[in-house]
Amino acid sequence: MLDKNGIAKRIAKEVKDGMYVNLGIGIPTLVANFIPDGVNVVLQSENGILGMGPFPIEGEEDADLINAGKQTVTLLKGSSVFDSAMSFGMIRSQKVNLTILGAMEVSENGDIANWKIPGKMVKGMGGAMDLVASAKNIIVAMQHVNKAGESKLLPNCDLPLTGIRCVKKIVTELAVLDILPEGGFRLLERAPGVSVEQIKNATLGKLIIEGEIPEMIID
Amino acid sequence: MINRVVKNAEEAVKDITDNMTLLVGGFGLCGIPENCISALVKKGSKNLTCVSNNAGVDDFGLGLLLQSKQIKKMISSYVGENAEFERQMLSGELEVELIPQGTLATRCMAAGYGMPVIYTPAGVGTEVAIGKETRTFTYNGETKEYLMEHAFEADFAIVKAWKGDSAGNLIFRSTARNFNPMMAMAGKITIAEVEELVELGELDPDQIHTPGIYVHRIFQGENYEKRIEQVTVRKK
Repeated sequence: MLDKNGIAKRIAKEVKDGMYVNLGIGIPTLVANFIPDGVNVVLQSENGILGMGPFPIEGEEDADLINAGKQTVTLLKGSSVFDSAMSFGMIRSQKVNLTILGAMEVSENGDIANWKIPGKMVKGMGGAMDLVASAKNIIVAMQHVNKAGESKLLPNCDLPLTGIRCVKKIVTELAVLDILPEGGFRLLERAPGVSVEQIKNATLGKLIIEGEIPEMIID
Repeated sequence: MINRVVKNAEEAVKDITDNMTLLVGGFGLCGIPENCISALVKKGSKNLTCVSNNAGVDDFGLGLLLQSKQIKKMISSYVGENAEFERQMLSGELEVELIPQGTLATRCMAAGYGMPVIYTPAGVGTEVAIGKETRTFTYNGETKEYLMEHAFEADFAIVKAWKGDSAGNLIFRSTARNFNPMMAMAGKITIAEVEELVELGELDPDQIHTPGIYVHRIFQGENYEKRIEQVTVRKK
């Protein structure tokens, strides 16, 4: 079973040289820590940065320079800053190649819910609806089951949707799965020490298992 | 050159009255018009509709106007950082419309470019789409459904820039730019507060982000707190 860093590490392997990547809040942010040397990617932050760098050195934080999670960040050499309309322009026009974000639920046809729990939590969708409606390549980083032990990979989402038929791949603490165009979670890899049986038990939506499922290689 | 300078925030907001709609620049607490918000609290205009990406925090930014119960309705994309906001929303005191961030930005842009509507795929198939006209377009080889969204019509836009001149030209700094340029373009009347008001001719025309034609009132703000929501650092 993977911890949060493990999930981030596995997703980092999906990040290819030359990509422009938008990382959501939470586990997706951690992915930046595991992108191998020699893989040149540009991180986009939807509040208006291309070429986002690491957190500033203590004492050098700049109130005018934050990421979409409102954390202080830095700019790398060759970075650019721009306004919010242009930022979502490059997202909508699919110049941003890869979106990695968290989810509360994903359905077997690729619907995603991650912005609202009616009566409990209403924080808003931020840029998530724009990202999932336009991005060609969307990877979801999430826990396979919720705190009550219920599957978050469902036939249909119960929570209000963020987008429809958009998720391509999911990485959880148990598995890597992709979503087939005709629907269904196809199991690609098992987390170290996790059995296919465990994944079956944790997946409520249609799970497709073809042949031997390899254990994922992380390091 | 036309002179857009007003004395201070109080003068700039003097005719923002009850029931008006305001576009308020900033992302989180970054690039927010601190002086104008304080002046509005002092002025006490009520039943305001505020369009802003976020709603500030409890004791800063638009949170100050929420505390004083001057806001009737908020139109935002993300409001997770404000407990008083949540309280007012759940109790029904505050009307809230949550919209996708890109839709928010582009509805401002449309207003500034004189276009009444835009079509966006954001929110298709979600509760954001309820009651909205949709159309299917084939574009770049992809056939998708799009939502029609209207340009904002706001009485005032209140923005914050880094530098400006008396002609109303604005330059923003780093990610404090965010929604400010397109909101500046979208107000019937636009108020810009700047950290530094410079002499005509000091700003390089090639570097100006917002041309003065969009800015009706400009003043140099004072005592900027520029609070950081989440200080995240690494060791030397």
